Formats: sequence, C-alpha cells, structure tokens
Amino acid sequence: MTGEASVAAGSTIDALGQFELHPVLGHLGEALRFSQSPLFMLIAAAVVLVFLYVGMRPAAVVPGRLQAAAEISYDFVHDLAVSTIGENGATFFPFVFAIFFFILAGNYLGLLPFSFTYTSHIAVTFGLAIMVFIISILASIRFQGVGFLKHFLPAGTPVWLAPLLVPIEIISFLSRPVSLSIRLFANMVAGHVLLEVFAGFTIMLAGLGAFGHVLAIAPIAINIALTALELLVGVLQAYVFAILTCIYLREAVAH
Amino acid sequence: MYRTPRLFLFAAPLAAVPGRAVAAGMPQLNFHDPLLIGQVVWGAVIFGGFYLALSRFALPRVERVLTNRRTRIQNDLDVARKAKAEADRASAELLSARHEAAEQARAHVERIQSEARANAEAHAAETAKRLEAEIASAETRITQSREQALSSLSEIATSTTQDLVSRLIGTQDEQTVASAVKRVSA
Repeated sequence: MTGEASVAAGSTIDALGQFELHPVLGHLGEALRFSQSPLFMLIAAAVVLVFLYVGMRPAAVVPGRLQAAAEISYDFVHDLAVSTIGENGATFFPFVFAIFFFILAGNYLGLLPFSFTYTSHIAVTFGLAIMVFIISILASIRFQGVGFLKHFLPAGTPVWLAPLLVPIEIISFLSRPVSLSIRLFANMVAGHVLLEVFAGFTIMLAGLGAFGHVLAIAPIAINIALTALELLVGVLQAYVFAILTCIYLREAVAH
Repeated sequence: MYRTPRLFLFAAPLAAVPGRAVAAGMPQLNFHDPLLIGQVVWGAVIFGGFYLALSRFALPRVERVLTNRRTRIQNDLDVARKAKAEADRASAELLSARHEAAEQARAHVERIQSEARANAEAHAAETAKRLEAEIASAETRITQSREQALSSLSEIATSTTQDLVSRLIGTQDEQTVASAVKRVSA
C-alpha cells in the first residue's frame, strides 16, 4: 500500500488510490507503459532469484540458515508438485515454483510501506490464471490427445444425462481461471483497503485533539493485527493458487 | 475461518465512509488505462524471464546440491556398511580361530589322556602276566614238591611196613610188602 495522500480533504478516506498505476522512469516509463506494477514484479523476481543464488552459493553438505531456507522452499514446492500432479510433477515443478513465489513475493512486497501490490490487480491475476488455464489445456492435449474431452462427461454417467452434465462441466471448466484470479485479487484488495482505511481512521482521529490522539491508538492496534493476518493471507493465497494449478495439471496429465 | 471477521471489518468502514471511494471506481477496472494493459504485457515478459531463470539456472543448482548430498550420504553409508561387514568378518574369523584352538587343545588333552591310559593298561597287563608266570612256576614247584612228597610217602610206608612186618613175623619179603603197600595206597 502507498503512504500517499490517503486522506482526501481530511474527511474521507481514499482507500482505492493505492491501486492506481503511475508510470515510473518518467517519459520513458510512460512510453513503455512501465508503471510501478511491473517494477515490483521485477523486484519480486529479483528477490527470489537472489535469495536462491545467495542461499545456494555455499553449496554446503551441511547447510547454513539461508541455504536451509532455500532448500526448504525448493523441497516444499517440489513435494507439492510431485505429490499432487503425480509422476509427471517434476516436469511442471519449475512452473509451479515460479507461480508460487511470484505470487508470494508480490503479496509480501505489497505489505511494505510505499510499495505496490501487483497481485491486487485483476488484470495481473487473471493473466496468471489464464496462463495456468492454457498450459493445463496444452498439457491435456499433449498427454491425453483429444481424449481429454471425455472428462466433460464423467465416467459412468447415463447417456441421457449428458445434455445436462456436459454444459455444466464445460461451464465449471471455463470458470476456473475466473475463480482462480478473483480469489487472489479480492483477498489482496480487501486486505489493503482495510489497512488503508484503518490508517485513515488514525489520521482522522489524530485531528480531533488530545482525546483523538488517545483514541487513535485503537486503529493502529487493529492495523498491527491486520498486518499479521495479511502475512497469513499472503502465503495462503499463494499456496492456494499453486495447489489449484497442480490440481488442474494433474487432471491434465492423468489418464 | 478467517473470512468472517475479515469481511465484517471490510464492510464496516465501507459503510461508515461516504461513498467517494467506491464511486470513484476501482483503478483495477479502468481498462482504458494503457498502464493497466501494459502491466499485463510486462508481467508476461517478467514472469517468462523469471520462469526461465528458475528452470535453467536457479532450481537445477539447488537440485545439484541436494543430489550431491544424497549421493554423499549414500556413499558414506556404503563405506560404513563395508567397514561393518569387514569388522564382522574379522570377528567371525577370530571366533572360529578360538574355537579351532580350543578343539585342538581338547584333542591334545584327550590324546595324552588316552596315551596315559593305554600305558597304564599295558603296564598293568605286563605286571599281571609276570605275576601269572610266577604263580604258575610256584604252582609247578608246589606240585613237584607234593609229588616228591607223595613218592617218598610210599617209600616210607613200605619201609615202615617192612619194619612192622619184620617185627611182627621176623621175616619179610620185600617184594610182597612193596606190592601190598602199592595196592593199598593206589
């Protein structure tokens, strides 16, 4: 969230201003359509890559703390991918790893003051979800051929139910990227709006004099609790996105 | 679980704050903003680069370290297992050597014991034989003495009879007395 003018005219709270996109790098950024959102994507990718690079640089048999952290993150996503997708999980592991850490780093970077949460933009989350959707369709065709279409009629269904079930299955299949993207987007927006609103309350109360100064402690306390909650939500949403990706891919590679 | 209080908290300020924030619309839905589409394109490029860097360099590096560790631990375990097998074999050899030595010692003791027993038996048998021979010779001598005694008995009897006969009848016929004595003593 941004610390920018969140209190407009001293009486209302501009909870959504933090999501506005502004070009960075001046005219060059404007010309390249480069806003703070891609900037933080770059930072997030760099943080993850530097974390892995610095963590694994000792390549020690007995790892230190940072190396252990890097190895744990590797093992965590690797186990997730292999146990969910199955024996072909290793093929998709780098993809799942990229998804998980791209979202996690985005969620956590967004909690820093003056930063920007790119996962709070439906365009970004929908782009990620569509990518997962397309890749799972391509994997279906690659692993099962056109036969994957029979998933739209669950095995053992009476034929006369097909006209009813096939459209339902198709709709539920097509709604996957929508639910996947809206879940992440809504969670991040809600959390950041809450943080902004309570921060705004603090400023409004502080304007009321000495009594207000005392009362203003309450929203700060709530914001501390909300930050803890956002830390949980950030990792949870990244995990949910990654595990749903794995589940869609398992359906794609299963026979 | 966490949704309910969160949604409540979310709804409370929205209800409390006059509608400007909502009315202004969400910047995320302002699709006329070229920056909004721009971030999707940039996002695709950055995510693609991120994916390539991870799959080509970062993750294989982690995997190499993990594989190295696994093989190293495996090798160390193999070495330890080999050492243990060798120690087991040496210990088994030692045991069997000790067992063998004990067997040999027992056999040795038995041989000496049986030799001693055989010696003693031979010695006893020899003594017995010698004693038997002595007994036999003694018996022969006894028999001889008795026979001798018995043969002189007839002479004594004859001479006594002759004396008795000559004292009784004053005369005597040696031949008759002798034959009579012989008849009686036979």
